[in-house]
Formats: sequence, C-alpha cells, structure tokens
Amino acid sequence: MKTGGLRRPAALPVVSLLAAALLLAACGSGGAGGGSAGGGERVLNVFNWSEYLPDSVLAAFEAEFGVRVNYDVYSSNEELMAKLQAGGQGLYDVAVPSDFTAATMIELGLVEPLDFDRLPNVTQYLVDDLRDPVYDPGGRYTVPYMWGTTGLAYNTAQVGKEITDWADIFDPAFEDRILLLDDMPEVMAIGLWMNGLDPSSTDPADIEAARRTLEELMPLVKAFDSDTQSDYLLSGEVWIAQAYSGEAALAIMEDPDITYVLPAGGCSYWVDVMVIPAGAPNPDLAHEFINFLYRPEIAAQIAEEYPYATPNGEALSLLSEEVLGNPAAYPPEDQLARCVFLTDPGEASELYAEAFTELKLRATE
Amino acid sequence: MGRRRWGDRLLSIHAWAVYLFLYAPILVLVVFSFNDSRFSFWRGFTLRWYAAMFQNHQIMRALENSLVVAGWTMLAATLLGTLTAFVLVRHRFPGKSLLEALVYVPIILPSVIMGVSLLATFVLAGLRPGRTAIILGHVAFAASFATVAIRARLVGFDRNLERAAMDLGAGRWQTFRHVTLPLVGPGILAGALLAFTLSLDDVVITFFTAGPGSTTLPLYIFSAVRLGVSPEINALSTLILVVTAGVLILADWVRRWGVNHVKPAAGAAGRGEPEEPERMGGDGA
Amino acid sequence: MTGAVRRSRWGLALMVLPPVLWLVLLQVVPLALILVYSFSRRTAYGGIEYTFTLANYTRFLQPIYLKVLSDSLAVALITTLIVLVVAYPFAWHLARQPAERRGRLLLLVVIPFWTNSLILTYAWKVILRADGPVNQILTALGLAPGPVQLLYTKPAAILGLVYVLLPYMILPLYLSIEKLDPSTVRAAYDLGAGPVQAFRRVIFPLTLPGVVAGALLVFIPTLELFYISDLLGGAQMVLVGNLIQREFLEARNWPFGAAASIIVTGVTLLLVWVYVRWFSPGGVEELI
Repeated sequence: MKTGGLRRPAALPVVSLLAAALLLAACGSGGAGGGSAGGGERVLNVFNWSEYLPDSVLAAFEAEFGVRVNYDVYSSNEELMAKLQAGGQGLYDVAVPSDFTAATMIELGLVEPLDFDRLPNVTQYLVDDLRDPVYDPGGRYTVPYMWGTTGLAYNTAQVGKEITDWADIFDPAFEDRILLLDDMPEVMAIGLWMNGLDPSSTDPADIEAARRTLEELMPLVKAFDSDTQSDYLLSGEVWIAQAYSGEAALAIMEDPDITYVLPAGGCSYWVDVMVIPAGAPNPDLAHEFINFLYRPEIAAQIAEEYPYATPNGEALSLLSEEVLGNPAAYPPEDQLARCVFLTDPGEASELYAEAFTELKLRATE
Repeated sequence: MGRRRWGDRLLSIHAWAVYLFLYAPILVLVVFSFNDSRFSFWRGFTLRWYAAMFQNHQIMRALENSLVVAGWTMLAATLLGTLTAFVLVRHRFPGKSLLEALVYVPIILPSVIMGVSLLATFVLAGLRPGRTAIILGHVAFAASFATVAIRARLVGFDRNLERAAMDLGAGRWQTFRHVTLPLVGPGILAGALLAFTLSLDDVVITFFTAGPGSTTLPLYIFSAVRLGVSPEINALSTLILVVTAGVLILADWVRRWGVNHVKPAAGAAGRGEPEEPERMGGDGA
Repeated sequence: MTGAVRRSRWGLALMVLPPVLWLVLLQVVPLALILVYSFSRRTAYGGIEYTFTLANYTRFLQPIYLKVLSDSLAVALITTLIVLVVAYPFAWHLARQPAERRGRLLLLVVIPFWTNSLILTYAWKVILRADGPVNQILTALGLAPGPVQLLYTKPAAILGLVYVLLPYMILPLYLSIEKLDPSTVRAAYDLGAGPVQAFRRVIFPLTLPGVVAGALLVFIPTLELFYISDLLGGAQMVLVGNLIQREFLEARNWPFGAAASIIVTGVTLLLVWVYVRWFSPGGVEELI
C-alpha cells in the first residue's frame, strides 16, 4: 500500500519546479531575451565592471537616443582579455579595461582606433594629463572612464603612528595585521620600489630582489584580497591594507579613523578606459555613447555615485564638497606626483607568477 | 532497545545540527538584507534594499536569465545523465571505458580551462555566445554530475525484478514505467536537483559562453562583489528563499489534495523502506 | 532470433548515441583544444604560438608546483573525509524518515545552494570574523578569553569547502542507503552481529556505491574551488585551482595553464581508477 505512492511526494516538488522553470523558459525566450536583432531597434552592447555605471545614466541614454542597452559585467581585466582572446569578439561595442590591459589589447589588435571627430565632448573636457598616456601613446584607442590609485589605507587609532612609506609597515608590531592585494603586479611593485627599482621591471635579478624583500613581509600578512579591502579594515581584522583608492574611499566614508596615503617610495596610478573592441557590431552608437558619458553633468553624476575620480575636467567643478574632500578619491597633488602606471611585464609575467606563488607558500608556513 | 532509542536521538540531533550548519549563512544574509548600510555591520533596520532590488533592471534581467538557463539545463542534463548511467551500468560495448573516463573530465577540469575551451569550440562551430551557448556549457558539466548520482542508484539494481515483471507478461514499456522508473526515480530526482543547483551557481563557464544581454545572476554577483556584497543581492536571495518555500508549501498542499481525491495507482512496484518493520517480500520478485 | 538481436543492437546504438554526442562534442573537442594549447608556446603578449614543445609539462615538475599539487590533494582528502563523516549519519537519518517527508527534507538540503555560493562564502566571513557570532558565543560561554582568530586560516578554508560540498555527498549517500533492503540488515543482526559489525560487514559495503560516488563528487571539485580558499583562507593557500587560474588569466600563459590542467586531470583519473579498483577488482559495477 505504501509502494508506488511512495515516490510521489518526493517527485512533486521537483515536478512543479520543473514546470515552473519551463514556463519561465517559455516566456523568457518569447520576451526581450538575449540576442541583438530586435525589430530594427538599435542596440548597444556594453561590457563593463558591475556597479560602475548608474542605471539612471543608461536609462537617460536609452531615452534620448531611442536605443536599447545591454549591460554585461565582468569582474577582472584578465577575464575580459581571456574572453576576447578565446574568440569572444564581435559581441560588444564598448568595453572598459584598465590601462595596461588596454595596452595589451592594442598590441594584440583587439581594439579599434577611435574617431575623435565624433567625440567632441572628449576633446573638449578630458584633463590634459591623460591626453597622451603611456598605455596608449597619442591616445588613439582609448578614452579614460575613471581613474584611481593604489596606496596604503590604515586605521590611525590602531596603528598609532604615521605611515608615509612602504618601509613603515615592515614592523613586527603589525604581525598578522596587514592585508595585501591579491594582485601580482601591485604586490611585486612594493618589493621593486623598496629596492629603488623600476616597478614594472622585467629583469629576473630585480624580480628576485623584490621577492627577497617581500619575503620579510610575509609573516605580517594576514590575507590577500583584491575585492573588498574596506571590509577587512572596517571589521578591525587588519590595521593596514594595501588598497585601491575606491575601496579606501568607501572605508573612510564609513569610519573617519581610517586614512589613505600614497607612499613616498612609490605608488601606482591606474585608469579604466573605454575602448571599442575589434569587430564591434555597432561602432557608431559606441561613439555616441562615449561622447554622451563625457557630458559634464553625466560624468559628474557618475562620479557622485562611485568613489573613483573623474577624468572630465569640467565635471570636477560640478562635484559636491563631500566627494572632492575624500582624500582617497582625490588625493593631494604632491602625493599624486609620486604615482606611476605599471606596465604589462610581457614575458616576465612568468617570473612574477612564480615569485608570487612562492611568497604565498611562504605566508602559509 | 534503549540503546537504539539513544542512537535515534543522536542521529536526530546530528541532523538538526547539519541543517543549522547549512542555513547559518542564509540567516546572516536574511538579516543583512534589512541592514541600513552597504557594509556587513548592523546599522539599523531598513527596507530600502528591497525597493532598490525591484528597480534594478540588471538584477531582474539576470534573475530571469538564470532561471531560464537552470530550467533547461536541469531538463537536458537529467535526460542525458539518466541515459548515460543506464548505458554505462547495463551495457557492454567497445570504447565503454573511454566513455566512462570522459564523464569525469568536466568534474575534474578547472572551470577556467573548460570555459575557455568551450568558447573556442562554440566559435569554431559558428555558435554565437549567448543563452543557448550558456545552456550547452552548463549541460556539458551538469550532465556529468547527474550521471554519477544516478549511476550510484542503478548499481546493484536487482534486474530480477524487471525479468519477473516481463515473465508475468508486462511489456517493455510497462516494465520500465512500473518497475524500473520507481526504483531509479530518486536517483533521477537527485540528479535533477544537482543539475539545477550547479547551473544556478556557475560563474566561470557562464562568463565565457555568455553574449550581450545574457548575463546571469551569479555572473552579476561575482562582478558586484568588487564593492562588497550588495545588500540588494541579500534582499534578492531572501526573496528567492521565500518564493521557494512558498512553492514547496503549495506543492505539498496540491499533493494532499491529490491524495484525498485520487486513489493511488495500484500495482506499481517498489522496494520497502529500511525502517519498516513489516514484511516486504512479494514486492515483485 | 536474429531479428531480435538486431533490434536490440539498434536499440543500444540509439541509447548510446546521445551520451556519445554529448561527450564528443562538449568534452572531446574542448579537451583536444586544451591538448593543443599545452604543447604550444606563449608569445610575449600572451598569445599562442602553435609549435610542439614539452616545456610546459617539464616546467610543472619543479618542486614548487609539485608542492602545490600535493598540498591540494591533501586538502581534498581531508575535506572528503570530513564531509563523509558528517554526511553519512545525516543521510541515514533522512532515509529513515517517513516517506512523505523525505523528498522535502532532501530538497531542504539543496535549497541554500540556490543562493550563489560566493554570497554564502561571504556570509561565512561574517560568521567567523573577530566580532562575529561564533566568537561572541565562545566569549560569552567563557570558552575563550578574547576573540579567536578563525578567519583567514586553513581550517576556515576547509570549513568553507565542507559547506559547499556537503550536498554532493548527502545526495548519493541517501540514494544508496534508501534502497538498502532492511531484511538484509535484520539478517545480519539475526546471525548475531553487533551494531558495529553489522555496519562494517553489511551496511557499509552495501552503501559503498553511494560512498564512492559522493567521494568523487567532493574530492574532485575541491581541487578547483579556489575562491573559497581565497576568501576564507585569506588567499594564502595555493591550490592547483588557484595556480591554473593565475597562469591562465593573470600570467596569460595558456600553454602552461593547459599543461597543468592536463596533468591534474591525469593524476585525478589515475587516483579515481586506483580507488575504484581498491574497493573492488571488478570495477564500480560489481561493488555490490
């Protein structure tokens, strides 16, 4: 009497689930699902970091130009590169890699040159410092979206002394209290700076020297993380964090004890840039979009929302005191002058990867 | 007898502890979906993340994509997994052990490698990255997990039951329907659950096979944690949980209604339950 | 007679076709591409130069990489054992529940994982951190004088792995236990076996297919679930998953990443084979 009927109770939830899923699948494929062909409507496909462009800006662009925007996200430059290299081309009209990834993309022919005649706002408002950057000499392929720095964020109440340089964190008092970025070039750059070397050096001897220096830091390191440094600082588990300026800015907004410094020995400077990937389905619309984002009021709206700095000179004057006053987002000029762009180590990437792996193995011991 | 009761009690406590373990992070996430700060430190009660979530088109679109992909993946992977498990357990044919090894490959291969090579394969085949490609990519690995689960159920299956049914005049289909399926059913169900869950959770393979407009929820989330887990995501997870619970209760209600109104089908065979004290012979053997 | 044989042969071919299609198109072709990459060379900017070289394989034989591999295997083994010990009594209990509750209880096991496992891992960070609930309870009960360092340690990473992989053990175990014939178990008792003996001699061997399947579904993914060890272990552990990820994405050395994954796949398949043989000379089918 229990047979047969036995399986039914177990099966029912799943059957109803399956039915629900199929139903959804059916309406999904009927609705405004994926794909780009949609009744003559122009579609712009944007590939960007998530939480980097307010919905309202996209909506304004859609309304004004009568187009639809597909906004897709990635979480690292490396993923973006790998996808394009594996054949994922001809999908997106605009992508937003960081400076040295953009340099590699230019080198590999993965991006198209821009037509600046169609980008009058960029020509007019882009700050002068970024018009001829090292990652894109002459600025022919890229337009800066937002920029930031990498430095040290620390909790003044816990640390109890002023930190101005990398050497200051090599202090046994900070055992297990330091966070480093899980970012190979940025971490290796610390060692290179401390030895007075080029932070993007490709010389095996330099890399080895940097590794030896950093080895001494390993016992002080609690963790590596490149996503949420603010969380580590705010929870009090680490006192000092090598941090991206955006994360530091978030932490400062939440806890006034936290401060951000660009170390005297050297710091890096980075820019996320807009590019048009090779084979973009709709390059015309891509130009209009980039130009739209360079309207001062739009750029200011973006910069108000996210803790990174805008490269739009005109937008700066529209920003609130609160945003401009955050020392992480807009650091003092004299500190900023110490910063450099890190460049792709090319074939030396191998040496970097090996040194980094060895350091991590050392950190666990 | 007393010892047995103690054993049962311990088992029951253990089971509760496991459920607590499984749901502990869920509890955290529900609590923080009402937190008035984007950081994971309690700052007061708010409902604003729920409002924000419904207005976030990207999240809503991603949710829809995820459910569509997971639904189709579950269907296809379960069918494939069932078939593959049957073929592997019941038949001998040339190249079988190679086939068997291949089943394990997607479980072993790091998903980055699998994602890149699947994308390259799709490009070679002229399939544009997008929803279909994501589903194919998910089926590629989910079917392997389903196969392994279903196979565990099939192994040691007493084929005499089937033979007996055939001897008693049941046709192939009848035998399958009334003897084989009820016995293997839980395995298929588990396979389906695994496939659905895996698909809902995959990030890397989805990333590589996705095209414009086909971003799924995990993909969105993975990218969004650059600024910490957004409370909107917590709100969404809470909502999914509530809806799931609702569906379960509804299904239960429908089942009770069904039991009261429809007589259970007689004659279906099944193996008895371990705890049943009564005799279970004559089930079909 | 021959007609029946032919029909069954066609039937078999028809049944084998979909699995073969799936495995060839979605497994063999990508695998072949990976093999090709693994014998190629990286160009200066991370492109691929299609030559034939074994350098990527010999490079993996350096002590640093072998250490990463052996560390990973150890972590996978520990995780699998813990998961097994936690899941077995649980699955047993589940299988003994009244039939109408079982389906629901089983569903309750997987529902947490319909929430993305990355989010769940972040939630674990909150639970384990210095001012988190675990530490508060420990301090309140007087079990610890102050906050204990739980997060960013190896045990935390293993806890995270155990958490996300638990269902993959519970499901197959449940399937095996649920189909146990109680008369067999009773027979063991009737023949005078104590509970321990009955378990060791009768119950465990009968549920071995579930144990094997569960162990495979837990052991293997552990090797590549790098983000869990990154988040909870503070990214200080280097597992093969991390290594391959880093080589593929950050160092953009696809040839080496591909070679490393071929080696890991080979080693794992070998282990699986040895493991299955060890339990039964006749292969998984004859485990019962």
